[in-house]
Amino acid sequence: MTKLTHLTMADALAGLAAKEFTAVELTQAHLDAMAAAKELNAFIVETPDVALKQAADSDARYAKGEQRALDGLPLGIKDLFCTEGVQTTAASHILDGFVPPYESTVTSQLFRDGAVMLGKLNLDEFAMGSANITSHYGPVISPWSPKDEAGNFTRKLVPGGSSGGSAAAVAARLALGATGTDTGGSIRQPASFVGIVGIKPTYGRCSRWGIVAFASSLDQAGPMTRTVKDAALMLRSMAGYDPKDSTSIDLPVPDYAAALTGDIRGLRVGIPKEYRVDGMPAEIEKLWQQGIEWLKAAGATPVEISLPHTKYALPAYYIVAPAEASSNLARYDGVRFGLRVEGKDLKEMYENTRAEGFGAEVKRRIMIGTYVLSAGYYDAYYLKAQKVRARIAEDFTKAYEQCDVILTPTAPSAAFGIGEKMDDPIAMYLNDVFTVPANLAGLPGLSVPAGLSGEGLPLGLQVLGRPFDEATVLKVGHVIEQAAGPQPLPPIVS
Amino acid sequence: MSLDKATVAKIAHLARIKVPDSDLEQLAGELNTIMHWVEMLGEVDTQNVEPMTSVVAANLRRRPDAVTDGGYPEKVVANATDATENFFSVPKVVE
Repeated sequence: MTKLTHLTMADALAGLAAKEFTAVELTQAHLDAMAAAKELNAFIVETPDVALKQAADSDARYAKGEQRALDGLPLGIKDLFCTEGVQTTAASHILDGFVPPYESTVTSQLFRDGAVMLGKLNLDEFAMGSANITSHYGPVISPWSPKDEAGNFTRKLVPGGSSGGSAAAVAARLALGATGTDTGGSIRQPASFVGIVGIKPTYGRCSRWGIVAFASSLDQAGPMTRTVKDAALMLRSMAGYDPKDSTSIDLPVPDYAAALTGDIRGLRVGIPKEYRVDGMPAEIEKLWQQGIEWLKAAGATPVEISLPHTKYALPAYYIVAPAEASSNLARYDGVRFGLRVEGKDLKEMYENTRAEGFGAEVKRRIMIGTYVLSAGYYDAYYLKAQKVRARIAEDFTKAYEQCDVILTPTAPSAAFGIGEKMDDPIAMYLNDVFTVPANLAGLPGLSVPAGLSGEGLPLGLQVLGRPFDEATVLKVGHVIEQAAGPQPLPPIVS
Repeated sequence: MSLDKATVAKIAHLARIKVPDSDLEQLAGELNTIMHWVEMLGEVDTQNVEPMTSVVAANLRRRPDAVTDGGYPEKVVANATDATENFFSVPKVVE
């Protein structure tokens, strides 16, 4: 029998319903796996007591035949989601000791449907990063990192970021699935780096209430799982209208799993010519071509499209996101929660608290944001970036007159080593070159594992869709998943 | 345009982040790298383009003006370093 930690969510639900194992056994198997994989640093806080209690409740429901959609499935929760009574840090020193007195809408919906919380997952500080190296709690190590015969890492690879703990935990079989958030690629890029599935839904699909805010016009929560079907199951629980988020959209949530028919005949797949960026490795280009061939073989029609403002997406993002961050992070002042560092007066207390509480990347972004919003520069930078954002969104609107979905690589490279790309912030930002446009335009985007690099590291393909058409995005992702076939396990679990 | 040390010190003050003088030079360098890179936005023709503030076209919803939450001050201040009688306390502001 498959190890309990290696099951998909769909198979685990079937096994629980058939009484092949209990939710407590399933949860304990994951807690044991977590204990054996501490070297990855995937979790900031483990919650075994919560998990075992939730699992026992699940077993009671199964015994009565009253199980719910995700009943008994052990999940990891990115430590950006506020969880009632459980420390929530956003991987920042400034939130030291913060224990939310409320539950985020997304996690409350997962728990409503019977999910079990294993713990809170590591991330880049305030979700700002693409390598999970800016966490106050230390970097997360990818389970794909090679080891010598003595079991020591010979090179420590990044799991991507910002949802690096989520990605590492799901790939290393420490959780059946995890929540992530995606402001510029923070679900899709780490999913690609560790060989799992991740979907950023349309802006407004999942409530942002109770998620620590980074850039409010871009942030979206989504699932990170090992199969497209699992992503479909988990998204259905996470999504839905919430009156507590003024940007949440009141639309019915479809049965996403039912959309995975494999039938994409006649679907038009846009291939944006501007995504052939300079210096992109040949293996990424090859993987992209392979993806096009797979979809063609399944009856879809590739269409060359143009997204002319693609190269301006990253610079526009690096004005809009820091501007919103500088405003959102103004609340961390040492008064109401988290760290306080005293000073001679109130102002110095603010300045000392924020100097000690924020890490270097967060400070850099707050300062960029403060600058572009300051008197005299607002029009030249912030207003200009918002106008460029409008043109980028317009590119997609026009493209969707010619196609139904868009296929691109998820990231311009495979995972790199911890410590690489550290000196130049822009080299790091370029990781998100293919994922940022969907955030600026608010569109759904999925990363699905499609093969390995020459070095043997996972590579993902990205499927973008029309607003609120996650169903088609998942359907196309499922076709790619089937065509790519079973993917190898990371060395740490194989 | 370039950010000099004095401008970086001013931004740090606006952002309420204490930056030691010895760090200003390096920070100015980092911020300048990013600001020079975003200059390329100047190439985009944005005449007659409305700034995009939200991807959600819908108007904000209204609801009845009624109290829907609250009544638990002890939970509200539970995370404060220094809370007295359900108030947040700060260093003295008024002389």
